[in-house]
Amino acid sequence: MIVDLLITLVKILFILAITVGFFAPVLTWVERKQSAVMQDRIGANRADILGFTALGLFHAVADALKMFTKEDFIPQGANKVLHTLSPILALIPAIVTFSVVPFGGEYTLFGKKVNLVISDLNVGLLFVFAIASLSTYGYVIAGWSSNNNWSLLGSMRTSSQMISYEVTMGLTIIGVLMVYGTLKLTEIGAAQENFFHWGIFLQPLGFFMFLAASIAENKRIPFDNPEAESELVAGYFTEYSGLKFGMFFMAEFIEMVTIAALVTILFFGGWHFPFVSTAALLSVFEFLGATGANLVAMLFHVGVFFAKVAFFIWFQMTVRWTLPRFRYDQIMKLGWKILLPLSLANVVVTGLVLLAVS
Amino acid sequence: MELLIFYPIAFVSIVAALLVVFNKSPIGSAVSLIGMMLCLAGIFVMQKAHFIAILQVLIYAGAIMVLFMFVIMLLNLKGDDTAAWAARDKNKLLSVLTGVLVVGVLYKIVDIATRTELNSPAPLTDNFGTVAEVGKALFTDYVLPFEVASILLLVAMVGALVLAKSKVD
Repeated sequence: MIVDLLITLVKILFILAITVGFFAPVLTWVERKQSAVMQDRIGANRADILGFTALGLFHAVADALKMFTKEDFIPQGANKVLHTLSPILALIPAIVTFSVVPFGGEYTLFGKKVNLVISDLNVGLLFVFAIASLSTYGYVIAGWSSNNNWSLLGSMRTSSQMISYEVTMGLTIIGVLMVYGTLKLTEIGAAQENFFHWGIFLQPLGFFMFLAASIAENKRIPFDNPEAESELVAGYFTEYSGLKFGMFFMAEFIEMVTIAALVTILFFGGWHFPFVSTAALLSVFEFLGATGANLVAMLFHVGVFFAKVAFFIWFQMTVRWTLPRFRYDQIMKLGWKILLPLSLANVVVTGLVLLAVS
Repeated sequence: MELLIFYPIAFVSIVAALLVVFNKSPIGSAVSLIGMMLCLAGIFVMQKAHFIAILQVLIYAGAIMVLFMFVIMLLNLKGDDTAAWAARDKNKLLSVLTGVLVVGVLYKIVDIATRTELNSPAPLTDNFGTVAEVGKALFTDYVLPFEVASILLLVAMVGALVLAKSKVD
């Protein structure tokens, strides 16, 4: 009992450390450097400690210091409670989604089975989806409570965009669960041990639609209409400063990690390396003893998983700095007239193929 | 252990429900309603009905309430509307009567529930409330009500479209 509790606590701390402590600050640096690479600039390189710049990595520290020390401004006529609540409502769903995302398989350490997921719900996939739908509130309330028309317009766009793309996202997920026959993310991950059973091969169309819909859910370029700088100042977070703005900022980066993790687990084999099965790994490292071999396999799988996550984060960044912003009507057209019928067709075709195979 | 979780959730959900009624601003009411729905989902989880709990969050808290908020924001951009509140004062008698009626119905439900010995239900099977079990029940024993409900929703949707369209034209 106590040991189980401790193991869960360690897993929660690990996830918090890697999302809030590692990915969120490092990604601000990666985003700056990636944009610099793509635009043939040098990028952030001025923040230094005693003349040592660490390739601009200290900019993340400078950002954090700046956000902590800036004035927390609440505009006149704003609803104080909701204005304070909404960044929290935006940040929490981004982190909570990780509680059902497995970052490794199941290992036997010191005679105890350890499953590398915080909570292995049998409705895991639906849980992800439910939490994603809750994240809308942070942005909607932010715009409303700011008492600013730009903010309100931004949050209107947010809610319409998120509702539209949630439909597509849900339908592509249905394709995935039809193929693997389970809603448990651990089982979906485990089913992809064989390279040719990866989601990308079984649901190729589903993969592209899921990626597009989730980038739209995260409101990043090319879907960043809710914050369109050239039209709405900064959209729903126009009236936010200091750490509250920082929380919106962090929510966006953590959501990027979440999307990358979900794409990895649903379509890119989760923690499996192509053509290297867990059994093979365990037999190669058998000379280390049962626990040692399991430990090596665990570290290897966690490493593979986060390498894939890093790749998809890089991919999202590249998309951001490649494409211009879509127009609002184009976003709606893409969501309702192209992605929705395609995802419905995807479900039908998947069903027919499954029938034919069985 | 179970009560230790149940009482806080129940307390928060009742407070949130009261806030829905007594809040001055419509958005505040809506936010409280979302909070109450999340608490209800928690209670469903305690009853081992995980699927229902997730649907509660997904459909009510996640989808329907977003639309509510959307409508409230579009209609009422200036916060609380004093004219609407004056109308509410006139309806005080009606409100009290409705309240009495609801309390009466609740009393009757509790009465029936305690009389039919629902206090000692049959032990739950392991896969109770899972997606597979609910799906099986929906598509075998209850397929007719299920399909009828979906047609009802379709009719409601088409009806709303027709009503709105005649106003636009």
